[in-house]
Amino acid sequence: MSTEFRTPLSRARGLGSAKHGAAHWIAERVSALALIPLVLWAVFGVIRLARADFDTAVAWLASPVNAVLMVLLVLVAFWHMQTGVRVIIEDYIHKLLTKSVLLLANLFIVSLAGALAIFSILKVALGGAL
Amino acid sequence: MTDASGAPRERPKSPHLMTGGFGSPLLWRWHITMFTSIAHRATGVALYLGALMLAGWAVALATSLGETDHKTYVDYMALLGSPLGKLVLFGLTLSVFYHLANGVRHLMWDSGQGLDIKSANFTAVAAIAFSIAATLAVWGIAAMTGAL
Repeated sequence: MSTEFRTPLSRARGLGSAKHGAAHWIAERVSALALIPLVLWAVFGVIRLARADFDTAVAWLASPVNAVLMVLLVLVAFWHMQTGVRVIIEDYIHKLLTKSVLLLANLFIVSLAGALAIFSILKVALGGAL
Repeated sequence: MTDASGAPRERPKSPHLMTGGFGSPLLWRWHITMFTSIAHRATGVALYLGALMLAGWAVALATSLGETDHKTYVDYMALLGSPLGKLVLFGLTLSVFYHLANGVRHLMWDSGQGLDIKSANFTAVAAIAFSIAATLAVWGIAAMTGAL
């Protein structure tokens, strides 16, 4: 996937990223585009749920549109923030051990929280209304 | 060749080092695009924490499915509704709209548009103004609908 975004000339000249940089760069921007509508939807969801009790919140998340959009939001947002914080770590931390620990911590925190969120959404959506 | 004395010239340093290091007065004049760049990262990190709070909300909701009094969810919402929780949520609202507006600026630049100084300054002000206006609008709607 990494080389397909670059033209044959750019690769022949040997300039730019040596590895997967072009694909990372494009994927971060694609996720940013997807997050524009998802985040605007989520803001209205938060306003809606701020005054809602438990049963209302469960009914809201159990609706197919809300459940699917919420799972997509978590997938895209968590992926986007993992790559964003990764760039910050790579920019400022140059000591190999510290950098490696922080990069792994970033990946593990995002993966764990993302998996917990998606499992919980699906649990509410698939069985919560009963 | 460029130096008559023949002695090796001191190499130029990065501007933040020329003034004595991090925290000392900057060599550069402060400008608004500097602020918007720093704020993009700062709000991004804030939203990282906000996303973890969203995950916590989903887990609390699912956990409360098995509780007759839904205590986990009620407690979690009470935490968000506390004065400190509201302050954090207000900051997250500002962060979300700022990061969104400034992210659109970045996407615009990536397409090659608006890179001149005049446009960059204008869109910087626009992004800040949008984030403040949108935040006040959202909290206004929340207040009117009884969510606060």
